[in-house]
Amino acid sequence: MDLAIPVILVIVKVLLVIFVVLTFVAYTTLLERRVLGWFQVRLGPNRVGPWGLLQPLADGAKLLLKEEVTVTAANRWIYLVAPLIVVTCALTPFAVIPFAKDLYLDRIFDQAASKFVLNTGVISDLNVGILFVFAVSSLGTYGVLLGGWSSNNKYSLLGGVRAGAQMISYELALSLSVIGVLLLAGTLSLTQIVEAQDSVWKWYVFRQPLGFILFLIAGSAEIGRTPFDLVECENELVAGYQTEYSAMKFGLFYLGEYAHLLFLSALMTTLYFGGWQGPFFPPIVWFLIKTFFFAFVFIWIRATYPRLRYDRVMAFGWKVLLPVGLFNVMVTAFVYTLWLQYRG
Amino acid sequence: MRIVVGDKSPIIDELQSIFPDAIVAVQPVRDNVPTVWVRQGSLKDVLGYLKSGISKPFRTLFDLTAIDERLRVSRNGQPESDFTVVYHLISYERNEDVRVKVALKGDAPSIPSIVKLWPCANWYEREVWDMFGVRFEGHPNLRRILLPQRWKGHPLRKEHPARATEMGPFELPDYRAEEEDSRLQFHPEEWGLPDYGPDTRYIFLNMGPQHPGTHGPFRIVLALDGEVIVDAIPDIGFHHRGAEKMAERQTWHTFIPYTDRIDYLGGVMNNLPYCMAVERLAGIEVPDKAKVIRVMMAEFFRIASHLVFYGTYAQDVGAMSPVFFMFNDRERVFSIVEAICGGRMHPSWFRIGGVAQDLPKGWEKLVGQFVKYFPARLDEFLKLVMHNRLLKARTKGIGVYTLDEAIEWGVTGPGLRACGLEWDFRKDRPYSGYDQFEFDVPTGQNGDAYDRGAVRAEELRQSLRIIEQCLKMMPDGPYMADHPLATPPPKHLTMHHIETLIHHFLNVTWGPVIPAGEATAIVEATKGNNAYYLISDGNTNSYRTRIRTPSFAHLQMIPLIIRGSAIADLVALLGSIDFVMADVDR
Repeated sequence: MDLAIPVILVIVKVLLVIFVVLTFVAYTTLLERRVLGWFQVRLGPNRVGPWGLLQPLADGAKLLLKEEVTVTAANRWIYLVAPLIVVTCALTPFAVIPFAKDLYLDRIFDQAASKFVLNTGVISDLNVGILFVFAVSSLGTYGVLLGGWSSNNKYSLLGGVRAGAQMISYELALSLSVIGVLLLAGTLSLTQIVEAQDSVWKWYVFRQPLGFILFLIAGSAEIGRTPFDLVECENELVAGYQTEYSAMKFGLFYLGEYAHLLFLSALMTTLYFGGWQGPFFPPIVWFLIKTFFFAFVFIWIRATYPRLRYDRVMAFGWKVLLPVGLFNVMVTAFVYTLWLQYRG
Repeated sequence: MRIVVGDKSPIIDELQSIFPDAIVAVQPVRDNVPTVWVRQGSLKDVLGYLKSGISKPFRTLFDLTAIDERLRVSRNGQPESDFTVVYHLISYERNEDVRVKVALKGDAPSIPSIVKLWPCANWYEREVWDMFGVRFEGHPNLRRILLPQRWKGHPLRKEHPARATEMGPFELPDYRAEEEDSRLQFHPEEWGLPDYGPDTRYIFLNMGPQHPGTHGPFRIVLALDGEVIVDAIPDIGFHHRGAEKMAERQTWHTFIPYTDRIDYLGGVMNNLPYCMAVERLAGIEVPDKAKVIRVMMAEFFRIASHLVFYGTYAQDVGAMSPVFFMFNDRERVFSIVEAICGGRMHPSWFRIGGVAQDLPKGWEKLVGQFVKYFPARLDEFLKLVMHNRLLKARTKGIGVYTLDEAIEWGVTGPGLRACGLEWDFRKDRPYSGYDQFEFDVPTGQNGDAYDRGAVRAEELRQSLRIIEQCLKMMPDGPYMADHPLATPPPKHLTMHHIETLIHHFLNVTWGPVIPAGEATAIVEATKGNNAYYLISDGNTNSYRTRIRTPSFAHLQMIPLIIRGSAIADLVALLGSIDFVMADVDR
């Protein structure tokens, strides 16, 4: 009994988080469509339920019930696995994102809860959390690349190749931009990074402004959002690597993309904006407010900007973001070391 | 308007003195364009002289078409001919046109190709081959261009049936379907691409006819090296509806609605050159009020069309919001058009001799509101689209052609002005009273995708200026010419005036009988210069209607511009050309 309860509780917690994340992902699609609608002087989906709130359900039902079409010339297994890779790699990193301080389990289970180490606002407080995040989300590139390649369609292939090249290039800039934060926090654990930002002026966005801007740019390239949405830009590549995907397989790609968007917003909140820290409201509310604010920012950018040309995106990544990122790391290290010397 | 009968212009005198044997005849036409018949053997010499020998040369091959003359009755001293090939040249320096005709005999006529002289003759000659079966000797790739490769017959020949019901029932047995399918296989050599060998490192990408970036059913086959376009072969004809053939069955009056659908974003702008050409044939003088109404409606449609361009142009380089703003304002334009004409996109509102109705009561208020409202929006659009740095990065220096290339390839309209030539038919050959209006002709310098956008953005403002002047200066008077061939005649007279009643009856049931003759009318349409070349045989319907559309010439030029660029640049280029496939294929 003593052994069973923790296991069950862990499973329940994981399922709960996945369920909540998936729900939020579904509603991010609605948010995007409604917000784009407002930006573009139109209504957006508002027919299904009040304010269109049931739209994600209707979309999900539609995608599930649609006929699955597999291209005959496709490399079947890889073709089927690709969307799964994308979704898995987009959802897994949520495991290390601290979404609250604790879960108030002690009120339910009395003192017993403290024994389980479950009373934390994170599924797993890995001590190498940020490495885990980058490792797993980079794997997602495989899904896109393989999906594009196995469809046996030239548009998909071009989309897949673009995706591979772009994600690898920007992964580098993204990692570099984070190193500043890691230096200052002195830890790789996301929970400790959040705890280090216990007042607004300690938020890393103020100590790492350049790093934050780099992260925002590289991040939006990483998730393939405007102005870096070359991977699936419809005017050139129809739908890029997703061209030959239909029904729920397409739905999974879609899900993966929005999960990635939400995850990046959550990571930005965690690294630069103090995570769940904030006055008055419960931590989870602060976390959601901040996360959805960044989701909104990404949508806002999408409504505003045209997209760049592929070769310029690559050039920008390697010739601008990477050197600036290195510069940021060096300056941070230098200043921080000086400060430590001076203080101690 | 002056009607020329046997009149001789200096250009004809010059040609006759240099090529005394080549000129067979000088034809009187109703539109002032010097028209000479040339012996087939000396065609290339004459055209070559006109293009480069003469001072202030005719550097633009504006149109190349043919006429099946075998059933034509009233020839008025034209040389004997079964098929006539017509070359229409324009000199911007002289502000003059010249029309060169060549008579061909027999059922399988042939004529030397002039592709070497004018590269843009390529598609025109293919079209003439496709439609008339005239063979062009020395043409590099004489394949059908509008119809399927396996089509039998040449539709614009008089013996070719005009309606499906005149042909046998359509059958597609399995073996034929498979055959058709197998013909869809792509073989580079069939497309005039060089043989790259079996181990080629190029990808052949088939863009279109169903592709979000091609603005309608337009196909372009790309040979790619990575993302760099090595070669591009445009393929058209997916939107071909045979408007020129239909014109030969419809009366002069009932063809007007078909013209609306040629450039389907241009609405009544398409009616204008057609009606003007018919009026030239009939010798109808349009009253002032009708002219101003025509100008106003045409400019409204220029705004509507340019707004679609503006939005899709931004959309093509990836900005998703502008197109919604533009369509909202286009909706305002359409609500005015609807209040005035009753229709929206295709009002078919111009008539032979005027317009369909007088302006409704209260039109000033609607137009006045729009004139006040729109300038602020235009400023906003400029900030949103043309001043956007990412858009500039995507369009500046992209899709460049020089002024010489533009003139050589028959580029007209904003695409020509973006290269720096200040040429606008409304200014340089004012029609329909455009000389009464004050407006500027915006030009660019670089001939790139950005300048083409910027020129159109400014044209929106100039169109608004013209509309504002129409609002202030709308004359009083009839909206329809008082002429027996004006169709339909003024309705309020029909119940009181026996002649008008008869004309109304005849012109509406049979259609007006337009006197025999030939006339072209060219207008500055939304996408370039649109021309109708009409030949009447003294009948209730047209003997030959040639619709010269700007987009046809513009699309032909794409490979020249795009070789060596990336796919993304092709999309930006297509967006900046501003074409609709209905305008290309007709």
